[in-house]
Amino acid sequence: MGLEFIEGNEAIARGALKANCNFFAGYPITPSSSILHHMMNKLPRVGGVAIQAEDEIASIGMCIGAAMTGAKALTATSGPGISLYSENIGLAVIGETPLVIINVQRQGPATGAATKGAEGDILFTRWCTSGGQPMIVLSPTSVSEAYELTYRAFNLAEKYRVPVFLLTNKEIGVTRESVDLEKVELPQLFNRKVSDMGDSYLPYKFKELNEVPEFAEIGGDQITRFTTSSHDEAGYLTTSPETIQRMIDHYTAKIESAEDDIALAKQDIEVGAEILIISYGITSRSVSIAVKKMREQGCKVSSITVQSLYPVPRTIINKAMSGIKRVVVPEMNMGQYIQEIQRLTPSGVKVVGVNKMDTTLLSPDEIIERGTKS
Amino acid sequence: MSPVINTYLTNEFGPLPFCPGCGHGPILKALDKALVKLQPDPAKTVIVTDIGCIGLSDRYFITQGFHGLHGRSITYACGLKLASPELTVIVLKGDGGCGIGGTHLLNVARRNIDITLLIANNFNYGMTGGQHSVSTPFNGITPTTPMGNFEGAMDLCGTSIAAGACWAYRGTSFDKDLPERIAEAISQNGFSMLDIWEMCSAYYMPHNKLKKKDLVDIMKNNNLKYGLVANNPRPEYGFQYRTKYLETATPEPKPRTIEAKFENNVKRQTGIVIAGSAGQKVRSAGTLLAQSSMYSGLSATQKDDYPITVMTGHSVSEIIVAPEWINYTAIDTVDYFVLVSEDGLMKTKSRIEKLPSTCIMFVEKSLNLPPTDAKIIRLPLIETSKKVNRLSIVILALAALIKDSDIIDLDAFAEAIKAFQKPVIAEISLRALKAGSEMIQEAQELEPIVESY
Repeated sequence: MGLEFIEGNEAIARGALKANCNFFAGYPITPSSSILHHMMNKLPRVGGVAIQAEDEIASIGMCIGAAMTGAKALTATSGPGISLYSENIGLAVIGETPLVIINVQRQGPATGAATKGAEGDILFTRWCTSGGQPMIVLSPTSVSEAYELTYRAFNLAEKYRVPVFLLTNKEIGVTRESVDLEKVELPQLFNRKVSDMGDSYLPYKFKELNEVPEFAEIGGDQITRFTTSSHDEAGYLTTSPETIQRMIDHYTAKIESAEDDIALAKQDIEVGAEILIISYGITSRSVSIAVKKMREQGCKVSSITVQSLYPVPRTIINKAMSGIKRVVVPEMNMGQYIQEIQRLTPSGVKVVGVNKMDTTLLSPDEIIERGTKS
Repeated sequence: MSPVINTYLTNEFGPLPFCPGCGHGPILKALDKALVKLQPDPAKTVIVTDIGCIGLSDRYFITQGFHGLHGRSITYACGLKLASPELTVIVLKGDGGCGIGGTHLLNVARRNIDITLLIANNFNYGMTGGQHSVSTPFNGITPTTPMGNFEGAMDLCGTSIAAGACWAYRGTSFDKDLPERIAEAISQNGFSMLDIWEMCSAYYMPHNKLKKKDLVDIMKNNNLKYGLVANNPRPEYGFQYRTKYLETATPEPKPRTIEAKFENNVKRQTGIVIAGSAGQKVRSAGTLLAQSSMYSGLSATQKDDYPITVMTGHSVSEIIVAPEWINYTAIDTVDYFVLVSEDGLMKTKSRIEKLPSTCIMFVEKSLNLPPTDAKIIRLPLIETSKKVNRLSIVILALAALIKDSDIIDLDAFAEAIKAFQKPVIAEISLRALKAGSEMIQEAQELEPIVESY
């Protein structure tokens, strides 16, 4: 197999198909529209359904409906579309719906610089719906990682029955790169655990709080119930404070207890380093060059590329903090993920953000200058 | 054969939860009778609801249940039906849901997706205190229209029919034939809707002294037909998707891949900017340059910039090629700059002014450049492209660039052209390739067109 020259959005569609995605609903928005095009073109070829919905609310609504019949559903948008997804994201959380949501970020707020890149939606994605439950958010640094992490996002959605975000950026979504997708190593495909309880089936039954309830598809042999309301294990509306609290604890526990299972990061640790650069997405690639340059100048430096932004991979980050005097967090926003890093930083360690959102990439030199010399 | 089901209602939760005199109960009982008549498999039947008192209904049925967000039930129903066509999908929603989710009503009617919508239309938001809705009659008194409603009431059937609904019925919760009508609606192969007028005994009825016979009077006074309003079947969405798309789709062709088979002279990451106009094939020519670099064993990236009105204005492509993996995909220092049109010049003027002396520009000779440190090679691109093909101007310029810089072999460029362009186009491109390389040779022989400020 040789190289292909494709953009991140195509890689996302290919990763979704590799994960056996068979339902897509989306609405056009720059810079994610080509995911819609690719899915409209590819899904009929494998017997799946793709539809351009009337708006973003309908897009995610259709995906949730489809997912509850057992489909592996995908939707894709950019930041403004996530605003419209917001309420239904909460529905996917409370209904324990496996679903993959792509956010190809663009510069904002509002319409912003619609065709330009930024990463201003980090905290927005984490806290995108009412209720404040944990989210799983993955972020690729390249076209081939967009492929890999989309595939992984499906596995996580199926495993934990939650909406999973792939948070990418115009700079990866619509930039073409030479890639060999055949060479990308993928884990085994994971499908949601389907119930065989028959008449005694209860859609939200679990013993341990972090246990993921077994799934019964709407239209299968078992009668199931799906609801937006606080419910008991049978899926019936409840006002019992004990039951409501137990469900809330369950949504949290199933993600939080899986932190190390979900954790994905690339580590470049140098023994004796006093500087640690933590980055994600496209910026990580500038960091790679910055690290190389710094080392050539005799500076000891470590770096972590966080691919699973949420839940925050605390074990990996905490370990890398050992001996560090300065943590640098470069971001194409005005300082978002740095807030998560500050929480994990021991006292006495300086945390420095390198930030801009003028639509251009942070260059390696900017990261070195502003991150290590101030 | 499965035993006959005598009722699809369950009393697991006791009697229906609605206020005395509320029309929701009779509507659910009519739906139950319709289901008993049709005898669908409860496991293959889903009742979809959203917010409002009618949203409490799904759990009183032995079918599959789906209870979602306010006004969005139609979207879930469409997803359920599209993903699982064998399902019988019934949506119960209120007039409030038709307001907030109006676009979904229009679009399901337009698409003609095979779901049945029962609107429990009681002219107000019963769950939140009786506020006026899109269907509140003129002069209706509600907490939000205390001196009478003067917003126009939406004709839900008419609106849906205008959007394309094939089957629509307007009636009341008191209608004796409601179960038959509902059964008829469910039996339609396409989108069907029933706008069922009824009493909210908690709010709208007492505030407006509304009586049973007033419902039909309001219809009459507003020239709204009582009974079947439309029955014009047409092909259903899922059926069309299956016949037009699924049955005719061919397997995805294997992606064409690129193996390195040519040499290159690229020692470090090299940035190439191509600036031209919409319609000059800037982007596709840029892609060919990247692909030919990949045939030469290089990594490549490409970013394009163009206005949203794609057929006009500038088109700028940025290509990076490098011996190793390209980490930084912006071009801060341009190595080669191809400029073929005035639009491209306007867009990149400030960038040209800042070009370093190490940059070589390949420029259409008629363009007036701003001062720049770059080395400029002026070429008769427009003139030559007229001889080959107007659309091959960028290929001409790139051939000149490749020939002059020797970063890759022109044969690699020809390889990319042959592999990725349609034969008719490729033939033109190959002629442009030849003309471009001859053009730069002549230019080199004549010398004076290289200038720098």
